[in-house]
Amino acid sequence: MADMSLDNVTQNYMDVLKEIGNIGAGNAMTALSQMLQCKVDMQVPQVRLLEFQEVGSMMGGEEQLMVGVYLAVEGDITGSIMFLVRTDSAKHLVDKLMMGLASEGDELNEMEISAMKEISNIITGAYLNSLSMLTNLKIYPSPPDLALDMAGAILSVPAIEFGIMGDKILLIQSQFYDDVEIDGYFILIPDLESYEKILSALGMV
Amino acid sequence: MSEIIKVGMADLKVCSSPNGLTTLGLGSCVGIAIRDPITKIGGLAHIMLPDSTAIRGGQLNIPKFADTGITELVRQMEALGAKRSRMVAKLAGGAMMFTFQNKTDLVRVGDRNVEASRKKLAELQIPVLVADTGANYGRTVIFYPETGDYVIRAVGKPEKVI
Repeated sequence: MADMSLDNVTQNYMDVLKEIGNIGAGNAMTALSQMLQCKVDMQVPQVRLLEFQEVGSMMGGEEQLMVGVYLAVEGDITGSIMFLVRTDSAKHLVDKLMMGLASEGDELNEMEISAMKEISNIITGAYLNSLSMLTNLKIYPSPPDLALDMAGAILSVPAIEFGIMGDKILLIQSQFYDDVEIDGYFILIPDLESYEKILSALGMV
Repeated sequence: MSEIIKVGMADLKVCSSPNGLTTLGLGSCVGIAIRDPITKIGGLAHIMLPDSTAIRGGQLNIPKFADTGITELVRQMEALGAKRSRMVAKLAGGAMMFTFQNKTDLVRVGDRNVEASRKKLAELQIPVLVADTGANYGRTVIFYPETGDYVIRAVGKPEKVI
């Protein structure tokens, strides 16, 4: 197990992650829709295994301004989870939550950052819940930390964590809409030992 | 006609004046710029991790690590005609993007990347002239081997040249 590399993940495993992603995103959208009190639709999420170089360009370039929210995960499995949206999408979500009272422009003030953390908490929490229910493993997220910066800089954090295991990064892309289209990205980063736990909990090892 | 050559994540490139090199959105990674002021040959490496010997699994990706990446960068510059005894270096990046990024083997990976880069450069006897590292924000860098200027851009901050 020590030399398991992400480069060798099977199609089967990708399908499982896609399913978790799908159920998780479904839960997340329900939670988001309740929180924002509006209808939120989503598309089937895409699960992709990308080269480091491809990730930034997929999100609109390494210099695209993004909000990244990062949580550590503890419990039966350990690792971290990241949720990313473009700054304008984040602003839109925050504005919804604050009933149209968010500030102008793409910057987030202190209160808006706090609101965005709350939204991300709900979304990532719903994701982790699905994973926990499917695998029967206990998963506890830490409080979130947020960064507003260039996509490349934010992505360097999960990329480095994946970098310890291989040369690729596993990304779950979910598109959702209320009145505007929002591209959200999830990056699940279980520690190496946790991969085995997830796979065996799902009966795949 | 000069062009600016793009260096990706876990990547390295060399060029000679008047061309330049750039890498976008450095976070905890480090951008190591090396120059031979006489031949005006330059190189830029975007490394992600400090040490290739501490790695578990996967194939060795040379530009991903500070130790192997810098060695390879210097080798490629020498192949273009640069002399190691004249080389000088500048560093940027190595930020801590999130405050709780302090668990297990990822302890201060930005700082460790900077330390490992300095150590390798010292081993090769290449002096580090200046560095803009640490803090908690991303950096885009552009390096001009013609003048040695290392331009650093960050979100919401004025551009600076080191």
